[in-house]
Amino acid sequence: MNLEEYKGVYVFAQQVDNEISSIAFELLGKAKDLAKDLNTEVTAVLLGAGIKGLADQLAEYGADKVIVVDDPELKDYRTEPYAHALSSVINQYKPEIMLVGATAIGRDLGPRVSARVATGLTADCTVLEIGDFPLQAVPGQEQLHNQLLMTRPAFGGNTIATIACPYNRPQMATVRAGVMQKIEPIKGAKANVEEFNPGFTPDNKYVEILDIVKSVAETVDIMDAKILVSGGRGIGSPENFKILEDLAEVLGGTVSCSRAVVDSGWKPKDLQVGQTGKTVRPNVYFAIGISGAIQHVAGMEESDIIVAINKDADAPIFDVADYGVVGDLNKIVPKLTEALKAEIAAAK
Amino acid sequence: MKIVVCVKQVPDTAGGVKFNPDGTLDRGAMLTIMNPDDKAGLEAALRLKDQYGAEVTVVTMGLPKAEEVLREAMAMGADKGVLVTDRVLGGADTWATSTTLAGAIRNLEYDLIITGRQAIDGDTAQVGPQISEHLDIPVISYAQDIKIEGDSVVVERQYEDRYHVVKAKMPCLITALSELNEPRYMTPGGIFDAYKQEITVWGRADLKDVDDANLGLKGSPTKIAKASDKVRKGAGEKVSLDPDESVSYIVDKLKVKHVI
Amino acid sequence: MDFTLSKEHEMARALFKEFAEKEVKPLAQEVDETEVFPRETVEKMAKLGFLGIPVPKEYGGQGCDPLTYAMCVEELSKVCGTTGVIVSAHTSLCCDPIMTYGTEEQKQKYLVPLAKGEKLGAFGLTEPGAGTDAQGQQTKAVLDGEEWVLNGSKCFITNGKEADVYVIFAITGTVEKRGRLQKEISAFIVEKGTPGFTFGTKEKKMGIRGSSTYELIFTDCRIPKENLLGQQGKGFNIAMHTLDGGRIGIASQALGLAEGALDNTIAYVKERKQFGRAIGAFQNTQFQLADMATKVEAAQLLVYKAAMAKATQKVYSVEAAKAKLYAAEVAMEVTTKAVQLHGGYGYIREYDVERMMRDAKITEIYEGTSEVQRMVISGALLK
Repeated sequence: MNLEEYKGVYVFAQQVDNEISSIAFELLGKAKDLAKDLNTEVTAVLLGAGIKGLADQLAEYGADKVIVVDDPELKDYRTEPYAHALSSVINQYKPEIMLVGATAIGRDLGPRVSARVATGLTADCTVLEIGDFPLQAVPGQEQLHNQLLMTRPAFGGNTIATIACPYNRPQMATVRAGVMQKIEPIKGAKANVEEFNPGFTPDNKYVEILDIVKSVAETVDIMDAKILVSGGRGIGSPENFKILEDLAEVLGGTVSCSRAVVDSGWKPKDLQVGQTGKTVRPNVYFAIGISGAIQHVAGMEESDIIVAINKDADAPIFDVADYGVVGDLNKIVPKLTEALKAEIAAAK
Repeated sequence: MKIVVCVKQVPDTAGGVKFNPDGTLDRGAMLTIMNPDDKAGLEAALRLKDQYGAEVTVVTMGLPKAEEVLREAMAMGADKGVLVTDRVLGGADTWATSTTLAGAIRNLEYDLIITGRQAIDGDTAQVGPQISEHLDIPVISYAQDIKIEGDSVVVERQYEDRYHVVKAKMPCLITALSELNEPRYMTPGGIFDAYKQEITVWGRADLKDVDDANLGLKGSPTKIAKASDKVRKGAGEKVSLDPDESVSYIVDKLKVKHVI
Repeated sequence: MDFTLSKEHEMARALFKEFAEKEVKPLAQEVDETEVFPRETVEKMAKLGFLGIPVPKEYGGQGCDPLTYAMCVEELSKVCGTTGVIVSAHTSLCCDPIMTYGTEEQKQKYLVPLAKGEKLGAFGLTEPGAGTDAQGQQTKAVLDGEEWVLNGSKCFITNGKEADVYVIFAITGTVEKRGRLQKEISAFIVEKGTPGFTFGTKEKKMGIRGSSTYELIFTDCRIPKENLLGQQGKGFNIAMHTLDGGRIGIASQALGLAEGALDNTIAYVKERKQFGRAIGAFQNTQFQLADMATKVEAAQLLVYKAAMAKATQKVYSVEAAKAKLYAAEVAMEVTTKAVQLHGGYGYIREYDVERMMRDAKITEIYEGTSEVQRMVISGALLK
């Protein structure tokens, strides 16, 4: 493998129902930073059926170039045709870095492609940067520069590891949704669009989709919320979540919750923040009646401002909170809602 | 039908994580369990066995101690256990692990391979799909329901906002979610029987069609540059006031930060 | 001498512990509060073979040793004394005598469904006038053609109304022993639903309140001749031998209660703060815990030794008596101390130690009081 041949930062631009997923824009935002450090270009790889028209959007979010594989076999996600398409793109274009979203699609596609093109893959990264490997020069070992350093949590968020892929290309990573920042879209930006079709020959690995069943629940995605009012076991009952809903409404926010609440059956899983739920980074995160188990903190600690209300002064949530209030949530939260209502009304 | 289930012995992070004084994880001090997603995969296999009749072989790669999860699987109802253990296999990343497991599975007959979606220590979700690639068979990840129809499997494959009902010809690899089922308990008699059975132990020499260059730490494309106990952002302020003062305190902070 | 458990036993313990934590613990408080027999838990245990642990596989059991069975009762009792005694009474007092003294037909008919947990078992020896003095029996059985006719009553019967199969003791005549007339006692297997077999009042108890404790009443209750268990006239020996095994079960229950109270207390003293520090930081607490832990471990060694003796020895009365005597007294002592270390919270029902202390008391009383155990032990010493 001639590593020098591999150039450019590539992003798998996931689309579902011919709509580009938010993760693709987030990855483009990060890819732009990496490409700048490497003095190279950002390329989006867009796979699907009837999706050529989406290329401009990718340009607006930072893609210099878009490779489009447009084929009826790629209509709905199936591992094999997608893996064939993406690995063919890799073999043809030889990217230095290949980023994939750590979504239900990306976490299936990424490993299959990495095994096919025989390279390493680092899963669920939260930080990507360009640097040296080894980090510090070690006598007797060549220190390689311009490596992709991929940082990810492990052991349920208890440890963190930085991983490199120094001797194989591309350097592949899947990246957690909601972690990277997309850029402000540049209206009217155009990318160099290139069509590529490796040809598709169905075999036993082409599975058949018998049916597609979409979830009916149309809930707000807590990952998109600017303000989250999150409740834990301390709320006491599903009914008592009303006081959090009232607070969220005043602030234009959304209610989320801890794992304990989901386990108790008080709230659905899609509102769960944490290692086994969603990673969120709102402007303000209210942690109310949440003790702050490490698995929860792993999913919300990147929030800009964390306000915690808990009756237990020793609750670990106070270790990450910017503003911690020790007290009875049942007394404080309704009053806070009223006070904010008055403030907001006065400001108008 | 022959089903191979891959399982991993992992530290029980739910039971509290212990650290060495230098900040690294004290694996020796933590209890070990069968990885929850893998256990759901095993339960899925045992239910297929109950329903359609099948021989279930459980495969694990790890230290000799990992034999325990094979005994546990057998006490739940698995028929055979294979332990893949060898010093040269240590330090493997997902590529090297999947290469190893594929090398072991090539020695076995199978219609279906079931793995857990991901392990709670690494959380990578890679080994299952990578094994399927090495064996050149279809993969269906994130299974929330599994049925057999003739020579095919019909699986509900979960996505964030939907699921696909997917049909694949066997042999096929499926990765299971812990939501898939509630794994059964062992039985007391099953435990004693499991310890009476022979476990197959394979080393490097027993792996089929694998290259040394793809095994263990040396064969791992990804390298750890740094590992540490997670550094957390420091605690901010903490106040203990009466409810009215608490409210004023929060309102003031939100004003200062221009939230309102 | 090796005090380490085998891997099999370790794994069995992990199984019992997981089951107890997940399936039994969440119900323990409710079972105590409502005094309702935990039928669903019993069904779950039946499915997993917990109701036939020491019964050979050919009779539908798990084929494990008495130690595995003792560990099951121990782990269940750590979180719920009621559940522990249900398993103990069923296994030790009903499965065991049928396994030991039953004919092949009796084993097939009764032991197999008992061991599979399809049926629940109970044991009726105690009568209002015959507790420790088992010779004071009044219940009579008279052979009438092809049937035994039972008349009398039994009291304080564990699994009373919930069981399906009962091992019942009754007088079948008198024998002369050393010049004195003595009652001849025999054992019988009685099925629930037999005409003439009814239930009296349900007892309201201090502890183990979810276990079903009833009076059994026999009024011209006719059972088939072949339901005589063991030889006619050997009932007293059967009862005493059965109770030797039962005492290992109750010793395990007592041990579990003590361990559960200790675990709860350790967690509590780390959390509870007084005078600005955790009460676990005070030396009084530390010394109390040290004593509790030491006694609990001593009790465990005696219980496990007795269980092993049952596996390897023909007679293990003294081992069983020592285990029960010590474990029961340790259970009472440790649960009482646990309540004390919890302070006011220990006295309210929200905290488990309150229930454990009430549950512990019975272990000093049933299946032979502590005084009876001392008689057995000293009797062997002075023989």
